[in-house]
Amino acid sequence: MNSERILSIHNKWFTYSVGLTAGIAVVSIAIGFIWLPSVRGSGTSLGVWYTICSAAGLIRTTPIGEQVVQPVYVTTRFEIVPNMLRKPSAESIGRGATLAMRCTMCHGARGLSHADTPNLAGQYAVAIYKQLTDYKSGARTSAVMQPLAADLSGQNMLDLAAYYAYLPRVRVSHSTANEIPRIVAEGAPMRSIAPCGACHGELSTMADAPWLEGEPAVYLNTQLKDFASGTRHNDINEQMRNVARGMTPEEINSATQYFTGH
Amino acid sequence: MLNNRRLILAHFWFAFAGFGFALLLGEWQMFVRSPLHAWIGDPGLYYRSVTAHGSTMAYVFPTLIAMGYGYLVTEAALGRPLIGHRWAWAGLALVAVGTVMAIVPVALGRSSVLYTFYPPMIGSPFYYIGVVLVVAGSWIWVGLMSANLYAWKRQNPGVPVPFPMFATVAGAYLWGWTAVGAALELLFLIIPVALGLRSTIDAGLSRVLYSWTLHAIVYFWLMPTYIAFYTIVPRAIGGRLFSDQMGRIAFILFLVVAMPIGIHHLFEDPEVGSGFKFLHSVFTALVALPTFLTVFTICASVEIAGRLRGGKGMLGWIAVLPWDNPVMLGTALSFVMLGLGGAGGLINMSYQLNSTIHNTQWVTGHFHLIFGGAIVIMYFIIAYDVWPHLTGRALDSLSLMRIQLWLWFIGMMVLTLPWHYVGILGMPRRMAFYDYTDPAIAAQAPWVIVSVIGGVILLISAILFFIVLARGQMAPHVEPEAYRFSVAIHPPRRLPVALNGFALWLGLMVGLTVVNYGFTVANLLATPGTAVPAVIVGAGR
Repeated sequence: MNSERILSIHNKWFTYSVGLTAGIAVVSIAIGFIWLPSVRGSGTSLGVWYTICSAAGLIRTTPIGEQVVQPVYVTTRFEIVPNMLRKPSAESIGRGATLAMRCTMCHGARGLSHADTPNLAGQYAVAIYKQLTDYKSGARTSAVMQPLAADLSGQNMLDLAAYYAYLPRVRVSHSTANEIPRIVAEGAPMRSIAPCGACHGELSTMADAPWLEGEPAVYLNTQLKDFASGTRHNDINEQMRNVARGMTPEEINSATQYFTGH
Repeated sequence: MLNNRRLILAHFWFAFAGFGFALLLGEWQMFVRSPLHAWIGDPGLYYRSVTAHGSTMAYVFPTLIAMGYGYLVTEAALGRPLIGHRWAWAGLALVAVGTVMAIVPVALGRSSVLYTFYPPMIGSPFYYIGVVLVVAGSWIWVGLMSANLYAWKRQNPGVPVPFPMFATVAGAYLWGWTAVGAALELLFLIIPVALGLRSTIDAGLSRVLYSWTLHAIVYFWLMPTYIAFYTIVPRAIGGRLFSDQMGRIAFILFLVVAMPIGIHHLFEDPEVGSGFKFLHSVFTALVALPTFLTVFTICASVEIAGRLRGGKGMLGWIAVLPWDNPVMLGTALSFVMLGLGGAGGLINMSYQLNSTIHNTQWVTGHFHLIFGGAIVIMYFIIAYDVWPHLTGRALDSLSLMRIQLWLWFIGMMVLTLPWHYVGILGMPRRMAFYDYTDPAIAAQAPWVIVSVIGGVILLISAILFFIVLARGQMAPHVEPEAYRFSVAIHPPRRLPVALNGFALWLGLMVGLTVVNYGFTVANLLATPGTAVPAVIVGAGR
């Protein structure tokens, strides 16, 4: 028995088991990579090699003759990573405070105003930086903000974001937790709408979701409607457009009122 | 001859302590997301619990059972003390430290990523490093199993390796190789991001690497159960093992085809080509073979016991089986659950049928039935069988054992059958909250309540299990006979080298892995722009 060599083509255990395994693999590959795609008819007109590469999961350029659908608007190119802009320098905040003099007309002396423009005091730096970037690139449109953002350098935007994030937030009082509308706390699972609070909440926040508490009702309402209609389209992966499209007018109003505090 | 009783017993106690803790969490989860309880308000709490439940039940509990049982088998089957028992203690210590290190951040809400990690979600690095330590501890066990086998083979050239040892080493090798996928994912993709060294992660590649581990890990959990089927059951009921060689082939088949099949978990994932999904589907179907071989061999072995007890006719042998013996009862109940769970598994592994139940509660019901049911009930049997040999005290609460096993079976049925059903109705899994007042899902509410009741029955059964062991601890001291395994009708005197070693089968296992995973992994590595920003879980701002 000791003289029996296992890894040898003279050992029938070796030849049968390797042969059988390889046979099953080869037949399965033939079925999965050639036969099944041809039955499905997916891309078979482009040849067997194309079919095999598709079944293997290779990313292919679009076949000749197929139109690539491009959006008719500028999409945001902003990339968000965790812990972005977390610790600004005092110098950056100071520079931002100087630059922010240009913004006081609408956003108030310390980032708060009654002009129905967004309150920026205490807003996450990454949210402000993203919006400025999008205004500059044209991904977000505004007759007022686009010209103002056009001349801002990247560092200017970072400084502005750092300054506003540094300012103290406005807090609104909710008398009891029971007043939280369902759309905010629970969303609408049957319509695939996550709760507002899952990204914009205190318990849970997502990287580029702005802090909404205390924002003007008119502003929030308009943004939700613009997301729903597609007028505003600088949300990454259509996250907000998908949510807003599914919301009822009552849900938009109740969410707005909740965050505004009225 | 058991020299390292304390070592083995420590593994079992640690395993069952973790099991009891995780079981409580599981039932709490069932309860708070059922219509019986108001919405807890903070989904984070729920996911903390799910992560702790899954991590303990999947990584700690079965791993320690496999390790402890493996050491027992090594000493009892090879008839000599374990080589490297200090290493074994070190392995246990690593598992213990890793468990604590992983569970603390989970309890603090810093790692609610569920036990399958789900990148791009990223939790505390301590959680992942803890899991790595648990795996490292278990790899020490893999090494010890291999070392003990080869030391014995050197001293006994040409002699057939005792079947229990052969099966145990097959399970160890399976785990050693299958854990590599998750280890690569943790070390090269997740932990660098968790430590803040990188801010993006290739979630698709992570999922592919995890699938390498994710399915075969189930067969690793299954190994102690199958070893118990072959080595405990025929002996305990007074029969003979029908075929030693058939058992070896079953374990060899597990080793070869259990690993390269995990992509059937990724049927809906866009980063894997359809051809590889089909390939994995085929190999998943092949895993039915060793299970069928086992069911056949064990039924034949049980029939031998029935006929030895005077059973006549085609089915007459069934009636005369020792049904009051907990081993007989537990095995039969395990087979029923294995059959039902296996049938459900055929649906999961089929591309088209899977699309109807993918990511629904059906899947959760399925793996609870297979793992919590068919597998864990045999862990109880293993404990009942080996406890007197470890503690030197008899377990004589036979009727309590029978009640415990019946309750586990009934509880698992009441828990998982409605769980499957609501999955077919479309109830998604991994959600913390269900609004049962919504007419669209109101019909699922009664079934979810039934599942909660099933969970309560399981809790009662687990309490009985601990009572049985505790009563055993208080029983008078006895000197148990040497631990014995089942004997085959024809114990092999000579075996082909292929059935006495692993070189060929390990080669096939690695080769199939390369064929089934190599291209997909290489393709994802080579494709630029596949990384996405990590989402830090539990981070305050």
